[in-house]
Amino acid sequence: MSLISSYRTIYFTFFVSLVAAIFPLPIMFNAFRPDWMVLVVFYWIIALPHRVNIGHSFILGLTLDILLGSILGMHALLFSLLAYFTSMNYQRIRNFTLVQTTLLLGLFIFVSKIVLYLIASSMQEIILHRHYFWSVFISMLIWPWFFLFMRYLRIRFKVS
Amino acid sequence: MKTIFTRGPSLTLRLSIVVACCVGLLVADSQFNLFSSIRIYLNSIVSPIQYVADAPQKMFNSLSDSVVTKQTLAERNEQLEKENMHLKADRLLLTQLQRENQQLRELLNSKRQFKNKRMITEVMSLRSDPFTHQLLIDKGATDGVYLGQPVINEQGVVGQVSQVGSTTSRVVLLIDASHGIPVRVQRNDAVAVVHGSGAWDKLKVPFIQSNADIEVGDVLVTSGLGGRFPPGYPVATISQFEYHEGELYATVSATPVADLDRSRYLLLLWNDNPLADADLTLDDPELFDVPDK
Repeated sequence: MSLISSYRTIYFTFFVSLVAAIFPLPIMFNAFRPDWMVLVVFYWIIALPHRVNIGHSFILGLTLDILLGSILGMHALLFSLLAYFTSMNYQRIRNFTLVQTTLLLGLFIFVSKIVLYLIASSMQEIILHRHYFWSVFISMLIWPWFFLFMRYLRIRFKVS
Repeated sequence: MKTIFTRGPSLTLRLSIVVACCVGLLVADSQFNLFSSIRIYLNSIVSPIQYVADAPQKMFNSLSDSVVTKQTLAERNEQLEKENMHLKADRLLLTQLQRENQQLRELLNSKRQFKNKRMITEVMSLRSDPFTHQLLIDKGATDGVYLGQPVINEQGVVGQVSQVGSTTSRVVLLIDASHGIPVRVQRNDAVAVVHGSGAWDKLKVPFIQSNADIEVGDVLVTSGLGGRFPPGYPVATISQFEYHEGELYATVSATPVADLDRSRYLLLLWNDNPLADADLTLDDPELFDVPDK
């Protein structure tokens, strides 16, 4: 019973972050949108690595690929790699301070942005915009509040 | 405390399986285009998320539509009626011109059909991954939308359908770096190809000879040569024409005539079988070879 209810909460956060990832914004702000999907995957893998792992990250990435209309497997590959590195070191990351996890997350998102660019540029002709890397900073700004909020949710709904 | 290593295959094995899947998908999708037909079903599966994401904006729009005073409604109605009258007056002349054009074309033995089936569609959202310029519309395969279908608004060409779902479709805009469209200059019928540049207000016109008769301000319209877009719709205006000594081609750029990021309603065109009524005997090469005396 508790398994079902905890998965319900986890899937609800996934759904909300997918909606947030594609929520229509004015074009000016589009580049400043934080990477909600990376945030939510990163959090759940640190918190509950036996619940959310590579499989979930793969499915989520694939869903995001379909939603964004990008090449299938682009985000899926990235999220599963992120899940792998995080779940290999989840015990170490849990002992990090909030500042350290923020920096680590910033690094993750920066690397993922570069990898996305490399994959996309090898497949099709693309243009890199000036504002492309801004979302790294926005995500790092959001992460501490996001982390505290998610921890509150996890404890409040007894997700384990 | 549970660890993640208690059951199931090891992490490395899982990762290698998933990475193999991803690379397979990437290659299959980008190189061999295997998923263009399956995307209809995939898009339908995720469409609830799209509807949820678009709901607030839609609600806000309908709210702002319903909360208007009688005064503004009356004013708007009057303005629209005036506009309608002007358009109708123009149309009176248009039918006359159309008939005249038809007669002239009959004299020249070259018929052309101007009627296209079309459908109004609403833009659901202007969103995509950061590398491509696409927008999502609320018509899909159930409405007869097909891949490569031309999309215009009241100002000019917007783009073409790049992915079809059952109730939604994706339109790639003509400013996308992967998009090209055959055009001709309205003033002197010189042909060119317009490529997207990836920026919102700039298009590239490559391979223009330095002595070509193109000026800043020239209107480019679709030439219909690719067979995808019907001919005659405005695409862009030339914004820059520069030629540096010693270069093979001139640097030409253009601005799209349609407000790509601000249009709420678009028109889908059915450009089916453009050669249906053409008299193909006139294209017989032997006839052209005979010198005209």
